[in-house]
Amino acid sequence: MKEEIIIAGFGGQGVLSMGKILAYSGLMEGHEVSWMPSYGPEQRGGTANVTVIVSEDRISSPILNTYDTAIILNQQSLDKFEPTIKPGGCLIYDGYGISTPPQRKDINVYRIDAMTKSVELKTTKVFNMIVLGGFLKVRPIVRMENVILGLKKSLPERHHKLIPMNEEAIRVGMDLIQKMN
Amino acid sequence: MAEEIQLLKGNEALALAAIRSGADGYFGYPITPQSEVMETLMAVEPWKTTGMVVLQAESELSSINMVYGGAAAGKQVMTSSSSPGISLMQEGISYIAACELPCLIVNVQRGGPGLGTIQPSQSDYFQATKGGGHGDYHLIVLAPASVQEMADFTVLAFDLAFKYRNPVMMLADGLIGQMMEKVVLPEQRPRRTMEQIKEQCPWATWGKPSSRKPNIITSLELDSKDMEQNNLRLQKKYKEISDHEVRYEEFETSDAEYLLIAFGACARICQKAVEEARAQGIRLGLIRPVTLWPFPYKAIAEQANKVKGILSVEMNAGQMVEDVRLAVKGNVPVEFFGRLGGIIPTPDEIVTALKEKIIK
Repeated sequence: MKEEIIIAGFGGQGVLSMGKILAYSGLMEGHEVSWMPSYGPEQRGGTANVTVIVSEDRISSPILNTYDTAIILNQQSLDKFEPTIKPGGCLIYDGYGISTPPQRKDINVYRIDAMTKSVELKTTKVFNMIVLGGFLKVRPIVRMENVILGLKKSLPERHHKLIPMNEEAIRVGMDLIQKMN
Repeated sequence: MAEEIQLLKGNEALALAAIRSGADGYFGYPITPQSEVMETLMAVEPWKTTGMVVLQAESELSSINMVYGGAAAGKQVMTSSSSPGISLMQEGISYIAACELPCLIVNVQRGGPGLGTIQPSQSDYFQATKGGGHGDYHLIVLAPASVQEMADFTVLAFDLAFKYRNPVMMLADGLIGQMMEKVVLPEQRPRRTMEQIKEQCPWATWGKPSSRKPNIITSLELDSKDMEQNNLRLQKKYKEISDHEVRYEEFETSDAEYLLIAFGACARICQKAVEEARAQGIRLGLIRPVTLWPFPYKAIAEQANKVKGILSVEMNAGQMVEDVRLAVKGNVPVEFFGRLGGIIPTPDEIVTALKEKIIK
């Protein structure tokens, strides 16, 4: 098993932390992991992205040309990364603010309206966990129990009381995601 | 008991490994992309546990001269910065090398020249391996290619520094500093006691007992006859280091027809390029210099005799390729591929460059 993932969106959407929780979950699963962020001024309101690799074998490059899965949270990132998904790969996007939906026919396209749902549930802070839930539904590369352990590892102890809320958001995301093609 | 596996950034692993190596002091000034080093040290507060000093100086000049002072007293001290900050330190580094003081200087490189960019680069290869400061000196230069090596090389660097009484530079880059990977930290070593320092560093300025003359740490020698002797002593030491401390790694070289040479982050990307090329039926291998000085000339020369061409891959305009050409001595074609200014080459760009420049 090797899953090469790009997560991309606006700075502040929780792109990097979603990647971190996914990487920690992979670690808990006993896999090799790498987490390579874009860093610098683009984090402050511009686009932010992170490459996460979860693999049973040693990971060579943390930098990739193409991805098994792209998790896309805005139009700019969709335009940039849709062409980089491997044929047969997986594109997950949040429909909010998307004016030009994905065009490719040789990949599996999923839509998850996590932004709308998180506003509706008044839980915008766990927006990224709803998206993560959607991803885990279609690509179950780590078990839920290890995601919870990953959350415990990546959140400071004073925030551990928020874990049940995050877990609930992941389950909401699992129900929310829909296949588009 | 097995050590816990953690998920850390390269910069965080460096900071935590420094504490565990038994370091006495860290002196630094913040700069992206290595600010997490001091941030981590300040958060962990090692002065409360091991007694290690962590001090934010007012500039890079202060940092390196604090290192100079600490090292002169036989203490295990270090600094870290990124490219423009390392340029500011060059005078101090030359003095430290001249005085034969052990210390660790970490450069988490960003793109230059000038203030440049904050994105990863390897454009300080010349500065690290060919001098940087003035005079005939060498740093031992280690190039980590993983978060685990950011931790492991911190311990190794201090061991080499004290073994040879020579400053060691860890030449990392923004990619290795910023990425997170699994890491097992080294075991905690106790800081050396004053008695141990006196025994291991009889040259250091730890306080003059009545039984001996004062130890004087200076790089100044106005009598050229004596200064030549100082230089010859240094050169003898550099020869010994060159003979004993060359380190490198080989990947898929046993049946290789073509060879990539890359260090640090580029070596990781080149491993993927090797996988991609082999999937296309191209028998490609990789040599990764781990020590950039001393450089693995011999290993590259031996491998060069078995291949049809060599591509040096770097995040700069072609620096290490000069050492590769020195090693190969024109026996096979050596070409260069690189990206500049903070752009990271992708594996398929490397395979394409190999086809265009070497295989043809």
